[in-house]
Amino acid sequence: MLMNNITIGQYIPGDSVIHRADPRTKIILSLVFMVVIFLLNSFWTFLAVTAFIILSVEISGVPLKYTLRGLKPLLLIIVFTAVVNVFTTIGTPVSDVVPLKYVTWEGLILAAKLATRLALIIISGSLLTFTTTPILLTDGIEKLLNPFKRIGIPAHELAMMMSIALRFIPTLLEETDKIMKAQAARGADFDTGNLVQRAKSFVPVLVPLFVSAFRRADELATAMEARCYRGGTGRTRMRQLRFTAADLAVSLTTFLIFSTVLILQLF
Amino acid sequence: MPIIIENLSYIYMQGTPFEKTALKDINLTINDGEFAGIIGHTGSGKSTLIQHFNGLLKPTSGRVLINGADTAGKNLKELRRHVGVVFQYPEHQLFDETVYKDIAFGLYKQKIPEEQIRSEIMRVIEAVGLDAGILEKSPFELSGGQKRRVAIAGVLVMKPEILILDEPTAGLDPKGRDEIFGNILKIHETLGITVILVSHSMEDIARLVNRVIVMNKGQIELDGTVAEVFADTQRLEAIGLSAPQVAYLMQGLKDFLPEIDDRAFTVAAARDELLRHLKGKVRKC
Repeated sequence: MLMNNITIGQYIPGDSVIHRADPRTKIILSLVFMVVIFLLNSFWTFLAVTAFIILSVEISGVPLKYTLRGLKPLLLIIVFTAVVNVFTTIGTPVSDVVPLKYVTWEGLILAAKLATRLALIIISGSLLTFTTTPILLTDGIEKLLNPFKRIGIPAHELAMMMSIALRFIPTLLEETDKIMKAQAARGADFDTGNLVQRAKSFVPVLVPLFVSAFRRADELATAMEARCYRGGTGRTRMRQLRFTAADLAVSLTTFLIFSTVLILQLF
Repeated sequence: MPIIIENLSYIYMQGTPFEKTALKDINLTINDGEFAGIIGHTGSGKSTLIQHFNGLLKPTSGRVLINGADTAGKNLKELRRHVGVVFQYPEHQLFDETVYKDIAFGLYKQKIPEEQIRSEIMRVIEAVGLDAGILEKSPFELSGGQKRRVAIAGVLVMKPEILILDEPTAGLDPKGRDEIFGNILKIHETLGITVILVSHSMEDIARLVNRVIVMNKGQIELDGTVAEVFADTQRLEAIGLSAPQVAYLMQGLKDFLPEIDDRAFTVAAARDELLRHLKGKVRKC
């Protein structure tokens, strides 16, 4: 019930060119993509970039329907920001009738752009996690943060914390599901009552969940120590990250398309 | 409260790349007062099946009827009061400040008067073999075996007419296991409730239940009495299970003593059969 809606952060095994690309390439391209999305301005450029991202999803082999599902939990935020924009932007009113008097054409356009931007960012972010295992993802982040070690950023520790957090998301979701079921079997009710009652009804879930999270943390710490984990210094990797032909193909295509779109927008 | 299952299928995460068929076309009827055991190797669909009995999972297709009421219906609270489920490692669900409050959780939800709650709790802690002295303790300071009993008591206190136990004694020592099973058997006999036991221990199944349901790959492979199911050792082994150890001993002995009856599946039954056989031949020395 709970797990079915959360798709972001999930890895979907595959062997596409996007799967094979270096995590660093994918992380940098995702960041570049976010910047590009905010530079977009015209309808046609939006269309081109949307088509590009849909094509990328197709190439990755992840079902498009599944990718779109990731938008569901964030739908509320998207709709909310869009609605706020519709009513707060100053410009030409759509009509003279009362409710529509406050709606402006400029507001509608801005809302549409904003909603599309948010959706595109979520889809591109999901595409990154869909095609990259959590381990590779954190390896990539660690490597990218390495230059900043000199100014005191603990790259390895950050990456390790992130990979542990990512690793335990499914475990904790599963645990939550299990505890919710066990309490529901005893008569707990999570769906009715007002906000306070509903919040209270989660106490029987949260207490056991925290107890088990601490127990797991304890066990993990023991297991890591038993295998002589001492932090990042002098640690080598079994799998080295390399820039390959797949990376070249992925980055070249993306940069080519982005620059074309942005240059065309200037005219 | 009979359980009737018709053409039940269940698919996990339908419509995602992780889609998995967990149950395939299950047809099953469990009558009032039965003590049924469900066995099957890990991932055979046992846990998925029992979660359908109280509406925690809804069938992808097919129907589950409890006392004639479809679990796809609305009144799940009522249903869950009659069908108690003790999950694996139930001690992980304890949360309240005291053992008393934790056991009473389900009753508080039903808004039952305090006096009645107290007497119900006294009844169940005795039924699971706990001492009244622990009622005011925190559930987190108890031993593993005590926690398990508290969790089972929390389900029994609702007076379920169908009690489902998923590996209730996993990780307990033999003494704790025997005590818990003894208590369950007593509850089954005195109250006449239906009990469904999921277990990996063929010995426990052979000792306790009247009927064995064998699951394999989301389907029912065998369904019959203990003697019927465990006599078919080859079929059980083919799906990664086995008969109780003593059944193999009796089958081996049969090669030397062709006149014994090798359909003994508990140590006690095997002992009786061997004694019966020996009685005619024991020499006085």
